[in-house]
Amino acid sequence: MASLSDLSLKNRLFMATYRYRALDPVPFTRPSKPLRQARVALVTTGGVHLPSQVPFDDELKGGDASFREIPADVDVATLGIAHKSDAFDQSGFRADRNLGFPLERLREMAAHGEIGSLNGRALSFMGSITAPGRLVKETAPAAAALLAADGVDAAVLVPL
Amino acid sequence: MCHQTVGLIAGELERRGIATTSVTMLREVTRKVRTPRALAVPYALGCPLGKPGDPALQTRILRAAFALLDAPGPPPVLVDFTST
Repeated sequence: MASLSDLSLKNRLFMATYRYRALDPVPFTRPSKPLRQARVALVTTGGVHLPSQVPFDDELKGGDASFREIPADVDVATLGIAHKSDAFDQSGFRADRNLGFPLERLREMAAHGEIGSLNGRALSFMGSITAPGRLVKETAPAAAALLAADGVDAAVLVPL
Repeated sequence: MCHQTVGLIAGELERRGIATTSVTMLREVTRKVRTPRALAVPYALGCPLGKPGDPALQTRILRAAFALLDAPGPPPVLVDFTST
């Protein structure tokens, strides 16, 4: 388990005084169908993007709350990674995108019938959002509306 | 901050009727954010699915995360991954 003590002093001081936004009450949806029949979507905060997409802006004050749509059949090795946080070692993620964006694993699970299907688009957000106002008001609801329109039953979210 | 972002996005998805599960390397942050469902993994930041080039481990972590969808609750659901 990683813990806050693994982080640099700068990051630790920031996180010690940061007031996290808490979900209260916690929104909670029971699965509407078994996993082997469910349409599943992948959401990452790894900041991955297609080479043709505008990369995220890691200079933006408070963080870049936008997201990118990634086709679920993409060759993950071709994806760019905009996340440049100094809080963690990125070498593993750069060597194997599945470490933070496990599309290939989910495609295998769909092929084996463990999940009903993989949604046609996965979503990629950026990490390092310290001021989540725009995320909460605009981009997260927009992402939820997109996946709901796709008929997604369940989503798996992966932070970096 | 990724962990807060994941919790807040999960909240919006749940509000739209999509059941969510997630992975966390920072249990204490996920507990504070009250992410609806999260699997706490014993790996470093940057390694939510365990190890690069280890598809068997990555799949086991995903299966354990999906298993939380059937947790009785109440939310938040925060469970430790055991690799054995």
